Amino acid sequence: MMTGYWFALGSCLLLLVFLVVLMRTRRIREKYALIWVALAIGVCIVGAFPSAVTWLSSLVGVQTPSNLLFAFALILLLLVCIQLSVEMTTMEEETRTLTEEVALLRFDLDRMAAGQRDRDGARSGPVAFPPPEDGPA
Amino acid sequence: MSEDLRSRLLVIVPAWNERDALPGVLVELARELPEADVLVVSDGSTDGTADVARAAGTAMVLDLPLNLGVGGAMRAGYRFAAREGYGAAVQVDADGQHDPADVRRVVDALTAESADVVIGARFAGVGSYRVRGPRRWAMSVLSGVLSRIAGARLTDTTSGFRASNRRAIALFANEYPAEYLGDTVESLVIACRSGLTVRQVGVQMRPRAGGTPSHNPVKAAVFLGRAVFALLIALTRPLGQAPAGVHR
Repeated sequence: MMTGYWFALGSCLLLLVFLVVLMRTRRIREKYALIWVALAIGVCIVGAFPSAVTWLSSLVGVQTPSNLLFAFALILLLLVCIQLSVEMTTMEEETRTLTEEVALLRFDLDRMAAGQRDRDGARSGPVAFPPPEDGPA
Repeated sequence: MSEDLRSRLLVIVPAWNERDALPGVLVELARELPEADVLVVSDGSTDGTADVARAAGTAMVLDLPLNLGVGGAMRAGYRFAAREGYGAAVQVDADGQHDPADVRRVVDALTAESADVVIGARFAGVGSYRVRGPRRWAMSVLSGVLSRIAGARLTDTTSGFRASNRRAIALFANEYPAEYLGDTVESLVIACRSGLTVRQVGVQMRPRAGGTPSHNPVKAAVFLGRAVFALLIALTRPLGQAPAGVHR
Protein backbone atom coordinates (compact mmCIF):
# COMPACT_ATOMS: atom_id res chain seq x y z
CA MET A 1 0.00 0.00 0.00
CA MET A 2 2.68 2.42 1.08
CA THR A 3 4.96 1.56 -1.87
CA GLY A 4 2.15 2.04 -4.38
CA TYR A 5 1.37 5.40 -2.79
CA TRP A 6 4.93 6.71 -3.08
CA PHE A 7 5.27 5.23 -6.57
CA ALA A 8 2.23 7.17 -7.80
CA LEU A 9 3.26 10.40 -6.17
CA GLY A 10 6.88 10.05 -7.33
CA SER A 11 5.96 9.42 -10.97
CA CYS A 12 3.61 12.42 -11.00
CA LEU A 13 6.33 14.66 -9.65
CA LEU A 14 8.74 13.27 -12.25
CA LEU A 15 6.21 14.06 -14.97
CA LEU A 16 5.88 17.62 -13.66
CA VAL A 17 9.66 18.10 -13.67
CA PHE A 18 9.89 16.66 -17.19
CA LEU A 19 7.22 19.10 -18.45
CA VAL A 20 8.94 22.09 -16.83
CA VAL A 21 12.23 21.04 -18.41
CA LEU A 22 10.55 20.79 -21.82
CA MET A 23 9.02 24.23 -21.39
CA ARG A 24 12.30 25.75 -20.23
CA THR A 25 14.10 24.43 -23.31
CA ARG A 26 11.21 25.61 -25.52
CA ARG A 27 10.57 22.09 -26.75
CA ILE A 28 6.89 22.39 -25.86
CA ARG A 29 4.70 25.45 -25.88
CA GLU A 30 2.98 26.44 -22.68
CA LYS A 31 -0.48 26.18 -24.28
CA TYR A 32 0.05 22.46 -24.89
CA ALA A 33 1.90 21.81 -21.63
CA LEU A 34 -0.73 23.47 -19.48
CA ILE A 35 -3.22 20.62 -19.72
CA TRP A 36 -0.52 18.07 -18.80
CA VAL A 37 0.66 20.21 -15.87
CA ALA A 38 -2.92 20.48 -14.61
CA LEU A 39 -3.33 16.73 -15.00
CA ALA A 40 -0.11 15.95 -13.14
CA ILE A 41 -1.07 18.27 -10.28
CA GLY A 42 -4.53 16.68 -10.18
CA VAL A 43 -3.06 13.17 -9.99
CA CYS A 44 -0.65 14.35 -7.27
CA ILE A 45 -3.61 15.58 -5.22
CA VAL A 46 -5.54 12.35 -5.80
CA GLY A 47 -2.42 10.35 -4.94
CA ALA A 48 -1.92 12.28 -1.72
CA PHE A 49 -5.57 12.07 -0.67
CA PRO A 50 -7.12 8.85 -2.06
CA SER A 51 -10.22 9.48 0.02
CA ALA A 52 -11.04 12.37 -2.33
CA VAL A 53 -11.69 9.92 -5.17
CA THR A 54 -13.87 7.73 -2.97
CA TRP A 55 -15.90 10.76 -1.98
CA LEU A 56 -16.19 11.94 -5.59
CA SER A 57 -17.23 8.53 -6.94
CA SER A 58 -19.97 8.18 -4.34
CA LEU A 59 -21.10 11.67 -5.34
CA VAL A 60 -21.48 10.82 -9.07
CA GLY A 61 -22.69 7.29 -8.40
CA VAL A 62 -19.70 5.23 -9.54
CA GLN A 63 -19.21 2.09 -7.44
CA THR A 64 -15.50 1.48 -7.96
CA PRO A 65 -13.46 4.67 -7.44
CA SER A 66 -10.71 3.54 -9.83
CA ASN A 67 -13.25 3.28 -12.65
CA LEU A 68 -14.03 6.96 -12.19
CA LEU A 69 -10.35 7.71 -12.66
CA PHE A 70 -10.16 5.56 -15.79
CA ALA A 71 -13.21 7.29 -17.25
CA PHE A 72 -11.72 10.70 -16.50
CA ALA A 73 -8.41 9.68 -18.04
CA LEU A 74 -10.09 8.45 -21.23
CA ILE A 75 -12.13 11.61 -21.67
CA LEU A 76 -9.12 13.80 -21.05
CA LEU A 77 -6.95 11.92 -23.55
CA LEU A 78 -9.74 12.14 -26.11
CA LEU A 79 -9.97 15.90 -25.64
CA VAL A 80 -6.21 16.28 -26.00
CA CYS A 81 -6.26 14.26 -29.23
CA ILE A 82 -9.04 16.44 -30.63
CA GLN A 83 -7.14 19.56 -29.64
CA LEU A 84 -4.06 18.28 -31.47
CA SER A 85 -6.14 17.53 -34.59
CA VAL A 86 -7.52 21.06 -34.49
CA GLU A 87 -4.05 22.54 -34.13
CA MET A 88 -2.79 20.38 -36.97
CA THR A 89 -5.60 21.53 -39.25
CA THR A 90 -4.71 25.13 -38.48
CA MET A 91 -1.08 24.40 -39.26
CA GLU A 92 -1.94 22.72 -42.55
CA GLU A 93 -4.02 25.73 -43.54
CA GLU A 94 -1.15 28.03 -42.61
CA THR A 95 1.28 25.91 -44.62
CA ARG A 96 -1.09 26.00 -47.57
CA THR A 97 -1.39 29.78 -47.43
CA LEU A 98 2.37 30.18 -47.17
CA THR A 99 2.97 27.75 -50.01
CA GLU A 100 0.64 29.71 -52.27
CA GLU A 101 2.24 32.96 -51.22
CA VAL A 102 5.77 31.64 -51.88
CA ALA A 103 4.78 30.55 -55.38
CA LEU A 104 3.15 33.93 -56.09
CA LEU A 105 6.20 35.80 -54.79
CA ARG A 106 8.58 33.68 -56.82
CA PHE A 107 6.51 34.42 -59.90
CA ASP A 108 6.67 38.18 -59.21
CA LEU A 109 10.41 37.92 -58.64
CA ASP A 110 11.02 36.05 -61.88
CA ARG A 111 8.91 38.58 -63.76
CA MET A 112 10.81 41.49 -62.24
CA ALA A 113 14.14 39.88 -63.01
CA ALA A 114 13.04 39.29 -66.59
CA GLY A 115 11.90 42.90 -66.89
CA GLN A 116 15.25 44.07 -65.54
CA ARG A 117 17.14 41.93 -68.03
CA ASP A 118 15.02 43.36 -70.81
CA ARG A 119 15.79 46.93 -69.82
CA ASP A 120 19.49 46.07 -69.59
CA GLY A 121 19.26 44.57 -73.03
CA ALA A 122 17.96 47.97 -74.25
CA ARG A 123 14.64 46.53 -75.31
CA SER A 124 11.43 48.26 -74.31
CA GLY A 125 7.96 47.14 -73.29
CA PRO A 126 6.71 45.13 -70.36
CA VAL A 127 7.28 41.41 -70.24
CA ALA A 128 4.20 39.39 -69.49
CA PHE A 129 6.00 36.39 -68.06
CA PRO A 130 9.55 35.12 -67.65
CA PRO A 131 11.13 33.63 -70.74
CA PRO A 132 11.36 29.85 -70.76
CA GLU A 133 15.09 29.60 -70.10
CA ASP A 134 15.02 31.24 -66.68
CA GLY A 135 13.38 28.48 -64.68
CA PRO A 136 15.04 27.86 -61.35
CA ALA A 137 16.35 24.36 -60.93
CA MET B 1 -1.79 38.68 -74.79
CA SER B 2 -4.40 41.40 -74.86
CA GLU B 3 -3.20 44.53 -73.12
CA ASP B 4 -6.42 46.50 -73.39
CA LEU B 5 -8.87 46.90 -70.56
CA ARG B 6 -11.59 44.62 -71.86
CA SER B 7 -12.13 41.75 -69.53
CA ARG B 8 -9.03 39.63 -69.75
CA LEU B 9 -9.28 35.85 -69.58
CA LEU B 10 -6.98 33.64 -67.55
CA VAL B 11 -6.85 29.91 -68.18
CA ILE B 12 -5.74 28.13 -65.01
CA VAL B 13 -4.25 24.68 -65.54
CA PRO B 14 -3.60 22.83 -62.28
CA ALA B 15 -0.92 20.23 -63.01
CA TRP B 16 0.56 17.57 -60.80
CA ASN B 17 3.22 15.47 -62.52
CA GLU B 18 1.71 15.96 -65.96
CA ARG B 19 4.86 16.48 -67.99
CA ASP B 20 3.69 14.14 -70.75
CA ALA B 21 0.18 15.48 -71.31
CA LEU B 22 0.77 19.16 -70.51
CA PRO B 23 2.67 20.36 -73.64
CA GLY B 24 -0.10 19.14 -75.92
CA VAL B 25 -2.75 20.89 -73.85
CA LEU B 26 -0.73 24.14 -73.88
CA VAL B 27 -0.31 24.01 -77.66
CA GLU B 28 -4.05 23.48 -78.09
CA LEU B 29 -4.89 26.26 -75.66
CA ALA B 30 -2.60 28.70 -77.47
CA ARG B 31 -4.24 27.77 -80.76
CA GLU B 32 -7.85 27.91 -79.56
CA LEU B 33 -7.53 30.97 -77.30
CA PRO B 34 -4.70 33.14 -78.58
CA GLU B 35 -5.98 36.17 -76.63
CA ALA B 36 -6.08 34.44 -73.24
CA ASP B 37 -3.30 34.22 -70.68
CA VAL B 38 -2.49 30.71 -69.52
CA LEU B 39 -1.30 29.99 -65.99
CA VAL B 40 0.03 26.54 -65.20
CA VAL B 41 -0.03 25.83 -61.47
CA SER B 42 2.48 23.08 -60.86
CA ASP B 43 1.26 21.48 -57.66
CA GLY B 44 4.54 20.40 -56.14
CA SER B 45 5.35 18.30 -59.20
CA THR B 46 8.49 16.20 -58.99
CA ASP B 47 8.79 15.31 -62.67
CA GLY B 48 9.74 18.72 -64.01
CA THR B 49 6.21 19.73 -65.01
CA ALA B 50 7.06 23.37 -64.27
CA ASP B 51 10.11 23.29 -66.57
CA VAL B 52 8.09 21.68 -69.35
CA ALA B 53 5.45 24.40 -68.97
CA ARG B 54 8.08 27.17 -69.06
CA ALA B 55 9.75 25.60 -72.06
CA ALA B 56 6.45 25.75 -73.95
CA GLY B 57 6.80 29.53 -73.84
CA THR B 58 3.10 30.26 -74.05
CA ALA B 59 2.22 29.94 -70.38
CA MET B 60 3.00 31.60 -67.09
CA VAL B 61 4.02 29.17 -64.40
CA LEU B 62 3.18 29.19 -60.72
CA ASP B 63 5.40 26.59 -59.09
CA LEU B 64 4.09 25.49 -55.69
CA PRO B 65 6.95 24.15 -53.55
CA LEU B 66 4.64 21.56 -51.92
CA ASN B 67 1.83 19.35 -53.16
CA LEU B 68 -1.40 20.91 -51.91
CA GLY B 69 -3.99 19.01 -53.92
CA VAL B 70 -6.22 20.44 -56.63
CA GLY B 71 -7.97 22.76 -54.16
CA GLY B 72 -4.69 24.34 -53.07
CA ALA B 73 -3.43 24.72 -56.61
CA MET B 74 -6.69 26.29 -57.70
CA ARG B 75 -6.84 28.76 -54.83
CA ALA B 76 -3.31 29.87 -55.73
CA GLY B 77 -4.54 30.31 -59.32
CA TYR B 78 -7.58 32.33 -58.24
CA ARG B 79 -5.41 34.47 -55.97
CA PHE B 80 -3.20 35.20 -58.94
CA ALA B 81 -6.25 36.05 -61.05
CA ALA B 82 -7.63 38.35 -58.35
CA ARG B 83 -4.34 40.16 -57.82
CA GLU B 84 -3.69 40.63 -61.52
CA GLY B 85 -7.25 41.85 -62.06
CA TYR B 86 -8.49 39.27 -64.56
CA GLY B 87 -12.15 39.59 -65.51
CA ALA B 88 -12.67 35.85 -65.99
CA ALA B 89 -10.84 32.66 -65.19
CA VAL B 90 -11.38 29.19 -66.55
CA GLN B 91 -10.05 26.01 -65.03
CA VAL B 92 -8.86 23.31 -67.41
CA ASP B 93 -7.29 19.97 -66.48
CA ALA B 94 -3.73 19.31 -67.56
CA ASP B 95 -4.38 15.70 -68.57
CA GLY B 96 -6.09 16.63 -71.80
CA GLN B 97 -9.54 15.45 -70.68
CA HIS B 98 -11.06 18.86 -71.32
CA ASP B 99 -11.15 19.94 -74.92
CA PRO B 100 -9.64 23.45 -75.24
CA ALA B 101 -12.06 23.99 -78.12
CA ASP B 102 -14.88 23.99 -75.54
CA VAL B 103 -13.26 26.66 -73.33
CA ARG B 104 -14.71 29.54 -75.28
CA ARG B 105 -18.25 28.15 -75.08
CA VAL B 106 -17.95 27.72 -71.30
CA VAL B 107 -16.55 31.23 -70.88
CA ASP B 108 -19.12 32.79 -73.20
CA ALA B 109 -21.89 31.24 -71.11
CA LEU B 110 -20.80 33.51 -68.24
CA THR B 111 -22.26 36.50 -70.05
CA ALA B 112 -24.88 34.67 -72.10
CA GLU B 113 -26.51 33.12 -69.01
CA SER B 114 -25.45 36.01 -66.74
CA ALA B 115 -23.85 33.45 -64.46
CA ASP B 116 -20.96 33.85 -62.05
CA VAL B 117 -19.79 30.25 -62.41
CA VAL B 118 -20.29 28.02 -65.44
CA ILE B 119 -19.51 24.31 -65.29
CA GLY B 120 -18.43 22.38 -68.35
CA ALA B 121 -20.61 19.33 -67.68
CA ARG B 122 -20.02 15.83 -68.97
CA PHE B 123 -23.53 14.44 -68.69
CA ALA B 124 -25.49 17.27 -70.26
CA GLY B 125 -26.35 15.44 -73.46
CA VAL B 126 -23.08 16.17 -75.24
CA GLY B 127 -20.43 13.50 -75.60
CA SER B 128 -20.42 9.89 -74.51
CA TYR B 129 -18.91 9.96 -71.02
CA ARG B 130 -20.68 7.37 -68.84
CA VAL B 131 -20.27 5.95 -65.35
CA ARG B 132 -22.10 3.01 -63.78
CA GLY B 133 -23.11 1.57 -60.42
CA PRO B 134 -22.59 3.21 -57.01
CA ARG B 135 -20.41 5.93 -58.47
CA ARG B 136 -23.27 6.94 -60.71
CA TRP B 137 -25.70 6.97 -57.77
CA ALA B 138 -23.29 9.14 -55.82
CA MET B 139 -23.03 11.56 -58.70
CA SER B 140 -26.80 11.74 -59.12
CA VAL B 141 -27.27 12.39 -55.40
CA LEU B 142 -24.73 15.21 -55.62
CA SER B 143 -26.34 16.64 -58.76
CA GLY B 144 -29.81 16.47 -57.23
CA VAL B 145 -28.83 18.33 -54.08
CA LEU B 146 -26.69 20.91 -55.86
CA SER B 147 -29.30 21.54 -58.55
CA ARG B 148 -31.77 22.32 -55.79
CA ILE B 149 -29.36 24.74 -54.09
CA ALA B 150 -28.34 26.40 -57.34
CA GLY B 151 -31.90 26.62 -58.62
CA ALA B 152 -30.78 25.22 -61.97
CA ARG B 153 -30.11 21.80 -63.43
CA LEU B 154 -26.54 20.74 -62.70
CA THR B 155 -25.71 17.28 -63.97
CA ASP B 156 -21.96 17.15 -63.33
CA THR B 157 -20.90 18.58 -60.00
CA THR B 158 -17.52 16.85 -59.90
CA SER B 159 -16.33 18.40 -63.14
CA GLY B 160 -13.02 20.23 -62.93
CA PHE B 161 -13.88 22.29 -66.00
CA ARG B 162 -15.41 25.61 -65.03
CA ALA B 163 -15.34 29.31 -65.72
CA SER B 164 -15.64 32.09 -63.12
CA ASN B 165 -16.24 35.79 -63.46
CA ARG B 166 -14.69 38.54 -61.35
CA ARG B 167 -17.08 38.00 -58.43
CA ALA B 168 -16.44 34.29 -58.33
CA ILE B 169 -12.68 34.84 -58.63
CA ALA B 170 -12.76 37.13 -55.60
CA LEU B 171 -14.68 34.51 -53.63
CA PHE B 172 -12.53 31.55 -54.68
CA ALA B 173 -9.32 33.49 -53.99
CA ASN B 174 -10.29 33.35 -50.33
CA GLU B 175 -12.36 30.20 -50.08
CA TYR B 176 -11.36 27.22 -52.09
CA PRO B 177 -11.30 24.13 -49.91
CA ALA B 178 -8.34 21.78 -50.14
CA GLU B 179 -10.35 18.88 -48.78
CA TYR B 180 -11.65 15.79 -50.56
CA LEU B 181 -14.18 16.94 -53.19
CA GLY B 182 -13.61 20.45 -51.82
CA ASP B 183 -12.31 21.67 -55.15
CA THR B 184 -15.46 20.55 -56.97
CA VAL B 185 -18.57 19.92 -54.89
CA GLU B 186 -17.87 22.07 -51.86
CA SER B 187 -16.65 25.06 -53.83
CA LEU B 188 -19.94 24.97 -55.74
CA VAL B 189 -21.86 24.88 -52.46
CA ILE B 190 -19.83 27.88 -51.25
CA ALA B 191 -20.56 29.73 -54.49
CA CYS B 192 -24.30 29.05 -54.29
CA ARG B 193 -24.53 29.90 -50.61
CA SER B 194 -22.64 33.15 -51.23
CA GLY B 195 -25.32 34.18 -53.69
CA LEU B 196 -23.46 33.48 -56.93
CA THR B 197 -25.30 32.11 -59.95
CA VAL B 198 -24.09 28.69 -61.09
CA ARG B 199 -25.03 27.30 -64.52
CA GLN B 200 -23.73 24.57 -66.79
CA VAL B 201 -22.87 23.96 -70.41
CA GLY B 202 -22.55 20.50 -71.92
CA VAL B 203 -19.07 19.55 -73.10
CA GLN B 204 -17.46 16.60 -74.78
CA MET B 205 -15.01 14.77 -72.54
CA ARG B 206 -12.00 13.18 -74.13
CA PRO B 207 -10.37 10.03 -72.80
CA ARG B 208 -7.61 10.73 -70.33
CA ALA B 209 -4.08 10.65 -71.64
CA GLY B 210 -3.24 7.93 -69.12
CA GLY B 211 -5.12 5.68 -66.72
CA THR B 212 -8.77 4.59 -66.72
CA PRO B 213 -11.57 5.59 -64.35
CA SER B 214 -12.03 2.86 -61.77
CA HIS B 215 -15.21 0.78 -61.56
CA ASN B 216 -14.34 -0.90 -58.28
CA PRO B 217 -17.64 -1.05 -56.32
CA VAL B 218 -15.92 -0.71 -52.93
CA LYS B 219 -14.12 2.43 -54.06
CA ALA B 220 -17.36 3.74 -55.49
CA ALA B 221 -19.17 3.12 -52.20
CA VAL B 222 -16.42 4.93 -50.31
CA PHE B 223 -16.76 7.76 -52.80
CA LEU B 224 -20.51 7.91 -52.16
CA GLY B 225 -20.02 8.01 -48.39
CA ARG B 226 -17.34 10.67 -48.50
CA ALA B 227 -19.28 12.73 -51.03
CA VAL B 228 -22.46 12.74 -48.94
CA PHE B 229 -20.46 13.55 -45.81
CA ALA B 230 -18.58 16.38 -47.55
CA LEU B 231 -21.87 17.72 -48.85
CA LEU B 232 -23.54 17.64 -45.42
CA ILE B 233 -20.63 19.47 -43.82
CA ALA B 234 -20.47 22.02 -46.62
CA LEU B 235 -24.19 22.73 -46.39
CA THR B 236 -24.19 23.29 -42.65
CA ARG B 237 -20.92 25.23 -42.42
CA PRO B 238 -21.21 28.81 -41.12
CA LEU B 239 -20.77 31.24 -44.01
CA GLY B 240 -18.10 33.87 -44.40
CA GLN B 241 -15.68 32.38 -41.91
CA ALA B 242 -12.10 32.19 -43.07
CA PRO B 243 -10.53 28.88 -42.12
CA ALA B 244 -8.16 28.97 -39.15
CA GLY B 245 -4.71 30.01 -40.21
CA VAL B 246 -5.86 32.14 -43.12
CA HIS B 247 -5.28 35.81 -42.83
CA ARG B 248 -7.07 37.91 -45.38
